[in-house]
Amino acid sequence: MPFIPHTPDDVQVMLAEIGAESIEDLFDEIPGELRVNELDGVPEGVSEMEMLGLMSARAAADVAGVCFIGAGCYDHHIPAAVWDLTARGEFMTAYTPYQAEASQGTLQLIYEYQSMMAALTGMDVSNASVYDGASGLGEAALMAMRANKKIKSRTILIAETVHPFYRETAQNIARHQGVEFKTIPVAANGLVDMSALDEVGEVTAVVVQQPNFFGLLEDVDAMTDWAGERGAFLIAVVNPLSLALLKPPGSWGSEGADIVCGDGQPLGIPMASGGPSFGFLCCRDKLVRQMPGRIIGRTEDLEGQPGFTLTLQAREQHIRRGKATSNICTNQGLLVTAATIHMSLMGACGLKQVAERCVAQTHKLVTALVSIPGVEERFCGPFFHERVLNLPRNSETVVSMLLEHGILGGLPLGEHYPGMEDALLVCATEKRTAGEIEHYRSALQMCLES
Amino acid sequence: MKKNAATIFELGKTGRGAMAQRVPSGGTPANIPESQLRKVQPALPEVSELQVVRHYTNLSAKNFSIDNQFYPLGSCTMKYNPRGAHGAASLPGFLGRHPLAPEAVSQGFLACLYDLQEILKDVTGMQGVSLTPMAGAQGEFIGVAMIRAYHEARGDLERNEILVPNAAHGTNPATAVMCGYKVAEVGLDASGDVDTEALKAAVGPQTAGLMMTNPSTCGVFERRIREISGVVHDAGGLLYYDGANLNAILGKVKPSDMGFDVLHMNLHKTFATPHGGGGPGAGPVGVGERLLPYLPVPMVGERDGVYRWMTEKDLPQSIGRLSCFMGNAGILLRALAYALMLGREGMHRVGEYATLNANYLASRLEKAGFELAYPDRRATHEFVLTFSKQAKSMGVTAMDFAKRLLDYGIHAPTTYFPMLIAECFLIEPTETETLEELDAFVSALAAIQREAQSDPERLLSAPHDLPVRRLDDVKAARELDLVWRAR
Repeated sequence: MPFIPHTPDDVQVMLAEIGAESIEDLFDEIPGELRVNELDGVPEGVSEMEMLGLMSARAAADVAGVCFIGAGCYDHHIPAAVWDLTARGEFMTAYTPYQAEASQGTLQLIYEYQSMMAALTGMDVSNASVYDGASGLGEAALMAMRANKKIKSRTILIAETVHPFYRETAQNIARHQGVEFKTIPVAANGLVDMSALDEVGEVTAVVVQQPNFFGLLEDVDAMTDWAGERGAFLIAVVNPLSLALLKPPGSWGSEGADIVCGDGQPLGIPMASGGPSFGFLCCRDKLVRQMPGRIIGRTEDLEGQPGFTLTLQAREQHIRRGKATSNICTNQGLLVTAATIHMSLMGACGLKQVAERCVAQTHKLVTALVSIPGVEERFCGPFFHERVLNLPRNSETVVSMLLEHGILGGLPLGEHYPGMEDALLVCATEKRTAGEIEHYRSALQMCLES
Repeated sequence: MKKNAATIFELGKTGRGAMAQRVPSGGTPANIPESQLRKVQPALPEVSELQVVRHYTNLSAKNFSIDNQFYPLGSCTMKYNPRGAHGAASLPGFLGRHPLAPEAVSQGFLACLYDLQEILKDVTGMQGVSLTPMAGAQGEFIGVAMIRAYHEARGDLERNEILVPNAAHGTNPATAVMCGYKVAEVGLDASGDVDTEALKAAVGPQTAGLMMTNPSTCGVFERRIREISGVVHDAGGLLYYDGANLNAILGKVKPSDMGFDVLHMNLHKTFATPHGGGGPGAGPVGVGERLLPYLPVPMVGERDGVYRWMTEKDLPQSIGRLSCFMGNAGILLRALAYALMLGREGMHRVGEYATLNANYLASRLEKAGFELAYPDRRATHEFVLTFSKQAKSMGVTAMDFAKRLLDYGIHAPTTYFPMLIAECFLIEPTETETLEELDAFVSALAAIQREAQSDPERLLSAPHDLPVRRLDDVKAARELDLVWRAR
């Protein structure tokens, strides 16, 4: 009984109090035919030491080498203090802050988080986070449907340059409410094909990702103005780290974006197989009542001292049930804790320097790799920290070969973009050293020559 | 405790920073046009590393948590979160794994997911499990989406309604609506069981399914569950099991045997992963044979000891992907670590000792003069107490009792839920609490009851000894202050 504290005497005292003969008696209301006592598929219990032995062996088997994969999850440095503080039991083992007076730590922290995300995105407000960036886009789409009363069509335009998994997830979330997603194709230069927009009818919202899935910078000003002129909302999907360097969605075009979402992983969250991370969701003041999920507000206690509490709860499922803005019932509290501490440590300057170094390292990586005969940049426009390369052969095969050299070479794009079977999406974060980049270059050269 | 509520922003000064975290910049990128660059830096804090550490350490001290306090929050299963499980998920090989790393260098992680799928299948009696849902509510969404896919695949397109008992969690009706269904609620009888006559009257050709928890949110086991599942199945509907209360019957009853076709489990409850101040959770879904083709991807398959991802290519009728990668992978690893330590014997004991603790507490509270909502029923892993009499005779509500409990260093139970019971507490002690802790809870509530008689103001103005006094929720909603601005 690894975590049950009862001694045999305790059990006797408790049964006597209840007036039962045995623990089994406590299940006497359950019909006999439903009772089982066999769990053959569950192994016998082991000690913590044995469990850690097994898990350590498995974890060690997955140490694969130097990571040049991005595609929505990035290998950044995380300051030691971030998870030292986040893993404190007071943060990690607390529940949803429904009892505000007993949860001021979590509540104030989320208020600070909301403030930082609003600042970073250039928007008015943020919620307390949603599950991840992809599901956040689904929520953003539904939010646009509720909020944009001017447009009757239930169509959302989504750029083909948005992360394929985001597109898939958002559609799977929103389609049950009659939302139709139309894809704006990608042009030969790797950006949204603006000419395709002319043929589009009435739409509720337009979704654009900056930097886009290929790492390229879209003409977000033009996209935002195009949407604004037609009464459509502009939903921005962004990498929060890039916003220390790039123009924030609140300043796009003449009016700015309406809803901003994305994944918070670059802000102090380990890659950890992609989760848990968190999705952020920010918007204009006027849309806040259509926001899903938790929102924290500052208020006063009965002595007039400042304090923090859940607010606008009439949007949420535990109050409104079937009429809520979403069924979401948690945020990703612990990850938001890490991100808030991360942003506090880095500050605007620190994040900007990391962003700049990512750009610089990716330039070095691209320069090194295209020095190999047959390796070329697929697109030519300005980019952040990811780049698509054309290889002289199938990129999936090359990625497998690179594993032998301890290199996670990037994401082969053929599965996601038919016709791009030789293309590889590579990424270099601030962690990638000149030595690692040279190692990648020489390994790739060997693989291509073999 | 410190009353200071200064934000991190107010601690900063222009030019200050945690300089050990600064990396040599690559300089302003020459390739990015001026029009794409940020002109004004975001207003993030400018603070030293020590200021950050001190600020957030002090903030953490303003939280109640399982590690600090007894936390008998009904329907939330606030049991001990084993450090060993946290350690396992924090192993460098797991933390450093990129989600899109090739299968050849992911066998350790995939093996863990596969093992967890198998364990959860056995515990629930289901035929297939997908681990992708990132929370209980997302598991519900996925479950109902599968019910919809099932009916649609059969061309059974008239089913537009989901039934839920009126004691259900708010997520149930909200989920049904998100999946495009109407919601019809079914009442309970006086003993807390579903009113089966009302259910029979409610089902029909429009019924897509029924969502319910068992044990219910009233803290009792639904005794007529087989009859209920028969009624719904006969009408052509499917049964959804909300696994929020699985802790009560872990290893004792399998949802498949009760007639459920699809379910989600809350690993952050039953499998002891930390709640994190409100997430992350994980809500894997399990299905019976009829819904197997619709499970969300990715899942993990195995052949000859080699593990691989299963995608839409393997499951062409899948309802698809609902998270960017593999859900809350780190939570899944913690749940596996916990399950490995429990083992098959430990699983049985979870439900047994959770039930023992709840029944003991219910019995002691009843003898101390408190009123149980269902005194003639066995408590399951939780039970409902009602303060209706106190509210009527002394003018102190369940909320006042809850706030005063905080002063006694005990987190309040769930208040005002289930909504159909007036002035209620839903109390779930969990199996990891000692007899002494339960006795201390009884003593605290009894002491508060005496205060309610002698000095009700003490309750009405509680809490007294926390970082803040009772907060003004109305002001928070009317004068929205959601982001910090320099004042």
